Amino acid sequence: MKFKDFLKENIVCLDGGMGTLLQERGLKLGEYPERWNLTHAEEITDIHKAYYNAGSNVVSTNTFGANSLKFSDAELEEIVKAAVLNAKKAKEQADNTKERFIALDIGPTGKLLKPLGDLDFEDAVEIFAKTVRLGVKYGVDLIFIETMNDSYETKAALLAAKENCDLPVLVSNAYNEDKKLMTGATPDAMVAMLEGMGADAIGANCSLGPAQLKGVIETLLEKASVPIILKPNAGLPRSENGKTVFDITVDEFSLEVVNLIKKGVRVVGGCCGTTPKYINALCDKIKDLTPVEITPKNLTVVSSFTHSVEFGKKSVLIGERINPTGKKRFKQALLENDISYILSEGVKQQEKGVDILDVNVGLPEINEALMLKTAVCELQAVTDLPLQIDTSDIAAMEEALRRYNGKAMINSVNGKRASIDSVFKLVKKYGGVVVALTLDENGIPATAEERFEIAQKILSAAKSYGIDKKDIIFDPLALTISADNNAGAVTLKAVRKIKNELGCHTSLGVSNISFGLPNRDAINGTFFALALENGLSAAIMNPYSADMMKTYYTYNALKGLDENCNEYIASAEQFVTSVTAETKSANTLESSYSDCQGAIIKGLRERSAEATKQLLLTRSPLDIINSEIIPALNVVGKGYEEKHIYLPQLLMSAEAAKAAFEVIKASAPQKETANEQNAIVIATVRGDIHDIGKNIVKLLFENYGFKVVDLGKDVPAEVILEKVLELNAKVVGLSALMTTTVCEMEKTIALIKKKAPFCRVIVGGAVLTKEYAEKIGADKYAKDAMEGVRYAGELLKT
Amino acid sequence: MVFTKTYSAPPINQKEILRYLGGDKSEQTSELICDCLKELGDRLKYRVCYCELSVAINQNECDFSVFRLKSKDLAKNLNGSRRIILFAATVGVEIDRLIAKYGKISPTKALVFQAIGSERAEALCNLFCADMEKAYSAKAKPRFSPGYGDLELSCQKQIFSVLLPERKLGITLSDGMLMFPTKSVTAFVGLK
Repeated sequence: MKFKDFLKENIVCLDGGMGTLLQERGLKLGEYPERWNLTHAEEITDIHKAYYNAGSNVVSTNTFGANSLKFSDAELEEIVKAAVLNAKKAKEQADNTKERFIALDIGPTGKLLKPLGDLDFEDAVEIFAKTVRLGVKYGVDLIFIETMNDSYETKAALLAAKENCDLPVLVSNAYNEDKKLMTGATPDAMVAMLEGMGADAIGANCSLGPAQLKGVIETLLEKASVPIILKPNAGLPRSENGKTVFDITVDEFSLEVVNLIKKGVRVVGGCCGTTPKYINALCDKIKDLTPVEITPKNLTVVSSFTHSVEFGKKSVLIGERINPTGKKRFKQALLENDISYILSEGVKQQEKGVDILDVNVGLPEINEALMLKTAVCELQAVTDLPLQIDTSDIAAMEEALRRYNGKAMINSVNGKRASIDSVFKLVKKYGGVVVALTLDENGIPATAEERFEIAQKILSAAKSYGIDKKDIIFDPLALTISADNNAGAVTLKAVRKIKNELGCHTSLGVSNISFGLPNRDAINGTFFALALENGLSAAIMNPYSADMMKTYYTYNALKGLDENCNEYIASAEQFVTSVTAETKSANTLESSYSDCQGAIIKGLRERSAEATKQLLLTRSPLDIINSEIIPALNVVGKGYEEKHIYLPQLLMSAEAAKAAFEVIKASAPQKETANEQNAIVIATVRGDIHDIGKNIVKLLFENYGFKVVDLGKDVPAEVILEKVLELNAKVVGLSALMTTTVCEMEKTIALIKKKAPFCRVIVGGAVLTKEYAEKIGADKYAKDAMEGVRYAGELLKT
Repeated sequence: MVFTKTYSAPPINQKEILRYLGGDKSEQTSELICDCLKELGDRLKYRVCYCELSVAINQNECDFSVFRLKSKDLAKNLNGSRRIILFAATVGVEIDRLIAKYGKISPTKALVFQAIGSERAEALCNLFCADMEKAYSAKAKPRFSPGYGDLELSCQKQIFSVLLPERKLGITLSDGMLMFPTKSVTAFVGLK
């Protein structure tokens, strides 16, 4: 029998712990258990056999840490080959009549993935792929990915399995007491991502006992439409007279697991501390149980690396501001590769209360695939909101979906054959909830009925790709009423019809409705309310619009969707306080300075932006920079150098000045306010991932009018040189925190001196000293950012 | 055998945070620290895994039987201990998320979170050592970490192979022997 068929009809019993049994047989602390497949083959076979005899249907090969990070390719192959062989022998020798399968066991790499750690996502995929290919080559029946404590690494492992075999894949995560993975994902977020990618069963193992995992399992059962796995520890370990004991007995263990089987768990086993005895007792209790039927849950859900967002309860707000269409300042940011600007748009929208961020970075002048990938990766480092990947470029869409840590929303597919074929393939592979526009080769139909027909066509195409209805959200398209008076009514009717007759969720780009009309917010807000009343599930909208947000909060309050009107009350306070807070801070400014200068000196961001706006009404940008911002910065900079102002205050002022510059930039985005002659390239050198210092330097240089090109962290010497040559940059700033990377700094300096002798190199970072800097050939050692600014200023003046 | 412990948050020592920020006592900075602590909320987890080791000290070498380390300073530190505890502690990955987030959009806050994270990790280590003192009715010597004195950072590899903090707490080791989450500590503690 195939494992997949067996899983459909039965409660599957996995094996129990391996580590503890190996230690009893003499495995030493610090020794790699995987090598025992070669050196102690018989012992490994014995353990597998004991589990089969105890009643396990599946044993996992002794390959938890068998990966190419720990072993050479040659040794890895030997280990996996021997591990599968040991399991096969046990399978043959076991003497019970149950169905028996062998799973290739895959544990975490032991590395944390970028951006939190140093392992690249694609490298992780390749590490897992190597092990998977070997397992398949030597004949396992299924893949068991287990004890994963990070959602991103789990995705890498599942992707590797799916791309390298057709075997069933079981995926199990290690949850903490707070019911989350170490990197923050909740069980419902994991269900969304793993089900979307096609895992055959998902669940929880290790870290805790069955009682502590109950809450996690209940959530998994409630949300998942695939079988649920439970493979807990034998409770928690403690030391008793120098010996390790686990705090629950064999009986208690099996009883607690059986209780959860009765609630619907379909795949069980034991992890740390469990032995064949535990499995035996468990199997005894299972044999008379009928498996609980698995029902499809039909939930429309997207997720991030921490949480999920479900459609169909309150309307879901999708922030539309990460999009260059009609936004000069945003276009400029894209052209200048100014990622920080894009990121701050993400954070600001989250603060306004959106649930999902739409990400559209398409411009004809840039490489969209690269930019979208970068934006998605970087956004995931600053916000935990799920993202909506918004592009018509299929290569860009795939790059972004691959790197996305969760189940993304995808914007969009439409009724055209080419769109259906290219987009649905990606949805099937990476998972996702896709927005389907009701248009096709003939354009956007004029009537609700025709748009409904296209929706039907898209649904049947989705079915042929194996994509469930729950993963499609229709956008019946809001067109401006300034061109067609009837446009609003048609869209509302289509929303209602799709919801009632297809049972599908809908989303609209609400703001389109008012295009070409004055006071657009008023129309948008009312249209949004009407659409909600007609059953709209989500809106792509501008969260900075007070009208839209007021509609959202009032609608929820009026419809009983906001308990005790809590959110409405909080939002009302927000609208009022934003005015008074500014007035209050204005009063505290020092009177000897102008409003703008005072705000910068005090480090008040909103205030300095506001003051700059006022100044722009009467004065030129250059005048404001030279006679307001720079003098204020000098006051603070001098205070810092004289040591009566500390770094945090210096930075607060720098950020306030940046806010002022941002206002000036937005008012005249075409005019380059920074001097092209003053281009400075900065980077943290290869091998080093610390960038706080570098970011501080960047901020201050920008304040003083330099055009800063920030290459980021972990940057190879060649990349830095290339940028220096491209911009003809006179100054380069290098940062390193670790002693181990100072040699990389030396190498970078040597390369620059050779190929770009016109360029001066400033270095800084915790491990450097003036002497050391001279030794590695730097032109200048800057003990802090201010010193760097002064040096560069002198240099570029001449 | 390696054990795992989870603690509730130790009290915050604002003075320590200010010390990490270079002794800044301004009102604005204090306010900023308060804002950051508020944003941090209860997002940190205080977890430790540890095991007991025996040691034979031979001049410059400590032989823990599971591995040996050449270090005069560690030998001096551990000399005369009745028991030796090896531990790994972390406050988790959330502080790194905040540092990374603000590194991109507000370096001031990134700096403050950096300081808070260091204070939190130290506080956790102190809490754990006090707990060990109580459990073993002993006095803990100052803890000793890789990179202190002449103890090479590369001994992290051996420490990790014994404690398996990747699996127990999710602490991982980079090729350059740095730990992720960054606010993590490994150390030896001698108990007198």
